[in-house]
Amino acid sequence: MKILVLIGNVPDTTTKVKFNADKTAFDPSGVQWIINPWDELALTRALELKETSGSAIESIFVANVGRVETEGTLRKALAVGADEAIRIDADPKDAFYVASQLAQVANGFDLIFAGIEASDYNGAAVGGMLAELLGIQSVSAVSGVQIENGLLKISREIDGGSQLLGMSLPLLAIVQKGIAKEPRIPAMRGIMMARSKKLTVIAPLEVEVLTSIVTFESPAPKAACKMVAEDQAKELIRLLHEEAKVL
Amino acid sequence: MSVLIYTENWDGKFKKVSYELASYATKLAAEMGVTVSAISLGPVEESELAKLGNYGITSVMSAPCSNYTSLDNQAIATAVAAAAKKVGATVVILAQSNLGKAIAPRLSVKLNAGFVSGVQGLPVSLQPFTVKKMVFTGKAFAKTTIHTAIKVITLAPNSFGIVESPVQSTIEKFDGGLSDADFTTKIESTNKVTGKVLLTDADIVVSAGRGMKAAENWGPIEELAGLLGAGLACSRPVSDEGWRSHGEHVGQTGKIIAPNLYFAFGISGAIQHLGGVSSSKCIVAINKDKDAPIFEAADYGIVGDVFKVLPQLIEAVKENKS
Repeated sequence: MKILVLIGNVPDTTTKVKFNADKTAFDPSGVQWIINPWDELALTRALELKETSGSAIESIFVANVGRVETEGTLRKALAVGADEAIRIDADPKDAFYVASQLAQVANGFDLIFAGIEASDYNGAAVGGMLAELLGIQSVSAVSGVQIENGLLKISREIDGGSQLLGMSLPLLAIVQKGIAKEPRIPAMRGIMMARSKKLTVIAPLEVEVLTSIVTFESPAPKAACKMVAEDQAKELIRLLHEEAKVL
Repeated sequence: MSVLIYTENWDGKFKKVSYELASYATKLAAEMGVTVSAISLGPVEESELAKLGNYGITSVMSAPCSNYTSLDNQAIATAVAAAAKKVGATVVILAQSNLGKAIAPRLSVKLNAGFVSGVQGLPVSLQPFTVKKMVFTGKAFAKTTIHTAIKVITLAPNSFGIVESPVQSTIEKFDGGLSDADFTTKIESTNKVTGKVLLTDADIVVSAGRGMKAAENWGPIEELAGLLGAGLACSRPVSDEGWRSHGEHVGQTGKIIAPNLYFAFGISGAIQHLGGVSSSKCIVAINKDKDAPIFEAADYGIVGDVFKVLPQLIEAVKENKS
């Protein structure tokens, strides 16, 4: 079985988000880049599966769409244990553009992992689009993946509960929280080994851009918090009822 | 030309968000000067389908086949695409929910449509079709133009609201053109918590963090939520510790919610947590640390001991109700 994990290169989640002067582009100055948190959990689970399933999983590939600056993120994925990386050399323009680029390398994988969304543009789209482009089944809100005797068992979250599914391969699993506990931290040995692992760079296809961001806006500044004394719970309820009108 | 919504149901009843979609689509269709229809998949009774008319939907297509309850992504996307083609939909709207997020991207590829998820409120312009969405998990918004003739969007929960505008609606059976073999998602078991308020559907959410100190201290949180008919949520450390299930985790890597009222007990308000709740209409924070960042995001706050404040709040809510 061959696994592909889609990797997004995103600003560290503690980043203070800034834009250029006319608010048309994200300002990347001083930003630390990380693997999109859900993609990192997906990779962690893929690595655990490879370690525990004997020889069932032959390799784990990671792939992203990005310029050379994003290779640090792919190298980190290799350093924690992915076997090979693929980078499609283009600026990610929108979700359909990214999914279309990934579709040219995603054929032939049995199991593809995508994060449920990316923490930058919160698009929640690439995984589903890629599955559709490849013509394969997808399951979303996946919180667990097991391989039992070559069969795939998937847990997914549904409204007010969860389900265990039996799925056939190939499959694209769109994963969320719960799929793996803690992401792995690369060890020195892993970092050294990652340098010699294969990272293939592929030229992008010409793909039409379907959506584009016109401007960014920062959220409206919040009014100061109205403080209520510790022993005045009743007053708080009155305010919520009469002033905020939310009770 | 028309606007189409995909109305999600849960145990045969429409989810609250389906009525919000109906209200939203009715307003959008009026602005565009086109008709509005809905597609419902899975067994939903006629009386329930007719409720969509209260929110302005004139035409309801229903495919009652029980196969759809497996929430098979490929099959549902195929059926919604068929419905969109049948009514000549130029805008297809789904909820920004677990299911909507699963279906909408696939659907957009099928329809050669541009897709924007998590749209907040009505488009800021129709020509070009430009919508506002949250980005960087609540730290900013982006106005995004969709260039294609057909548009697919998912609507952020509670970003428009439910508006009644009763019309006479027609209900017709719809055949998605699928056979049993097209449903390849096999459910082996379902663990459904019944009788609880859906976190993503809840008007009020009661949430608690590490300040609760241990899993066994959740009694008053559950009691307060019960009294308010609220959904239960927690911060990331709480679900990581296993005190509460991952399903309750709200924040950047958990669920993103937008209730009318959000209570944060013993939650310091790390930037990642605020990302998941900042769209709430009103935030109430109770924390012993007066410098906790949660107070910068909150509308109302109490600096104090959660274990002292909770019983008082419970009493006050009981009084307020009676």
